[in-house]
Amino acid sequence: MQIVQQILFVLLAAAAVFLFARKVREIRRNIKLGKDAGINDNPSARWRNVLLLAFGQKKMFKRMTPAILHFFVYAGFVIINIEILEIILDGIFGTHRLFAPYLGGLYNILIGCFEILAALVLVSCAIFLVRRNILKLKRLNQGELNGWPKTDANAILITEIVLMALLLTMNAADYNLQQMNVHHYYNTGGPFWVSGLIAPLLSGMGEGGLVALERTCWWLHIAGIFAFLNYLPYSKHLHIVLAFPNAYYAKLVPQGKMDNMKDIQNEVLYMMEPDKAPTDAAAAEPHRFGAKDVNDLSWKNLMDAYSCTECGRCTAVCPANITGKKLSPRKIMMDTRDRMEEMGRNIDQNKEFVDDGKSLLHDYISTEELRACTTCNACVEACPVSIDPLSIILQLRRNLVMEESNAPQEWNMMFGNIENNMAPWKFSPDDRDKWAQELAEA
Amino acid sequence: MHIKTMAEFMAEGIQPEVLFWVGCAGSFDQRAQRITKAFAQILDKVGVSFAILGKEEMCTGDPARRSGNEFLFQMMAYNNIQLLNGYGIKKIVTACPHCFNIFKNEYPALGGEYEVIHHTTFINQLIADGKIIMKEGGAFKGKKITYHDSCYLGRANNIYEAPRAVLEAMDVELIEMKRCKTNGLCCGAGGAQMFKEDEPGNKRINIERTEEALATGATVIAANCPFCTTMLMDGVKNKEQEEHVQVLDIAEMVARSL
Ligand code: SF4
Ligand code: SF4
Repeated sequence: MQIVQQILFVLLAAAAVFLFARKVREIRRNIKLGKDAGINDNPSARWRNVLLLAFGQKKMFKRMTPAILHFFVYAGFVIINIEILEIILDGIFGTHRLFAPYLGGLYNILIGCFEILAALVLVSCAIFLVRRNILKLKRLNQGELNGWPKTDANAILITEIVLMALLLTMNAADYNLQQMNVHHYYNTGGPFWVSGLIAPLLSGMGEGGLVALERTCWWLHIAGIFAFLNYLPYSKHLHIVLAFPNAYYAKLVPQGKMDNMKDIQNEVLYMMEPDKAPTDAAAAEPHRFGAKDVNDLSWKNLMDAYSCTECGRCTAVCPANITGKKLSPRKIMMDTRDRMEEMGRNIDQNKEFVDDGKSLLHDYISTEELRACTTCNACVEACPVSIDPLSIILQLRRNLVMEESNAPQEWNMMFGNIENNMAPWKFSPDDRDKWAQELAEA
Repeated sequence: MHIKTMAEFMAEGIQPEVLFWVGCAGSFDQRAQRITKAFAQILDKVGVSFAILGKEEMCTGDPARRSGNEFLFQMMAYNNIQLLNGYGIKKIVTACPHCFNIFKNEYPALGGEYEVIHHTTFINQLIADGKIIMKEGGAFKGKKITYHDSCYLGRANNIYEAPRAVLEAMDVELIEMKRCKTNGLCCGAGGAQMFKEDEPGNKRINIERTEEALATGATVIAANCPFCTTMLMDGVKNKEQEEHVQVLDIAEMVARSL
């Protein structure tokens, strides 16, 4: 019997890892659809960001309630993984609580701590469900979340609650079995801190019932973990992995700095100083200005899209969104991910990308959204996982204006004024120092 | 008071300590001209040797770049850098955070490297050096003031304290809005929004911000950007509060306190 369980376990684990690895390769491929971003300077500042922003969750602490609850879930997730290591080894070797004999009294303390974390995770997730579905926090209920994103968020929270409940029930059954000195159930020497409270409720079940309960919980728990692992890549929950590299590759220069377009800089230079222009015509290869589709963006923009937790902190502070405009920086990120995944499926089907007549610009993100942005950087500042929605907005705007000549009439007038009068308004350059003359006369 | 241009300094064979980059709003917009004059008066009063470019100054290209017109931006940047480098400019002070941002962060990649200072930082340094001395008490002593962080000085460049230090030096009672510093709310003008109608929505951004500023009960809304100043003044007018609440640039407040 034991050996059957072991074989089943190894097969399950192998399948989970295989499927996950395949999906990881796909995500990697999709991110690499983006252009090279040349980000590798200043590693010490980058590691600092990983520590502060990813491990330390610095930006989360701008809002205390969700920060603390989220911290429990995060700490629980990371630390309980140590126990999962034991569970996996037990599964492979057919042992039970493999680490217990080696750790002695420390084992109980460790499991006790894990249990407290598990209980905190359970309670936090329950509160999160309430905030989402009963209190209906605005940022967690805006239009772009309708359908799958909402289901996704709730599914994760419910899964977490179920997993934690299974873990605690398993330990409670286990404790009863230990008390009965049942063979295979190593006596760890005392009730665990949380499951010890539920253990008495199960004491009447008898040995057979308890073993069945313990085994069922054990299997459901670990199978749930494997399922969760494979669900991650389809979910906003991918941020638990990508938040770390995303913090590493976060922008280090001041937020106000826009990326330079070297090709246009050169074009202007050659126009003004023709002697500097390269003589070989090959240099003038045709290219696209700004971004029309996801493969015109940088790979960092695309990793941003996969890292987005759909938390809406960006949208909640966006002046355009607050005042009822269509723009939502969260939607910019969700659209980018959706389009990237669509492009990925297209490649899977056709071996290489075959034009599907669609693009990120227009089919996903409208001009109205793009034009509403004030470039205020509030979204960038607010994002807890170092995402820069503004970078995408500005690249799409460049495409709109330079490739499609698609600008509101007032902007076209402003362009004309800058070109002809050297100011965005229709004033004569001769009047530029009128204020100084007035001062002189005063 | 005569304000000398770079061309005049050049003709005399001397370099001023700093170039005052006025910017388009500060040059042409009637409201913003008052800020320009106030700052020029401060510089004059404390005896800073400064020049302007006068008629030679051109738009930095910020609204063009932010709206997506990189060509036009690069043209403007090219011409400005030729001009500035031609005069051997080393240090620029400007009263516009958009000009400040673009000079500080974006011109260097194009060959325009200068020491760039925003006027609120500059004023703060002059106060710290004891060069600006407020007249007894200052015109705003004890007054309730709220301060609006512009996006391009604040989040874009992380300058939050210098303008506040200037307000502190004027002994005002600073009342912060809930959304301030890194969480400050935009006035609605940036990203070339100043030059077009709002997209469809249910409120104008400047109204949202003005309501927040008015709720502090302040009698002066202090700003550091000519565009914010215009936006907030429009908001105050819209709320029919212009008789009770003033929107002033920090330079104007200091000029009145000298
Ligand atoms: S930068 Fe644009 S998208 Fe981001 S918060 Fe400001 S207005 Fe909204
Ligand atoms: S971009 Fe950042 S702040 Fe906005 S929803 Fe995604 S994770 Fe949240």
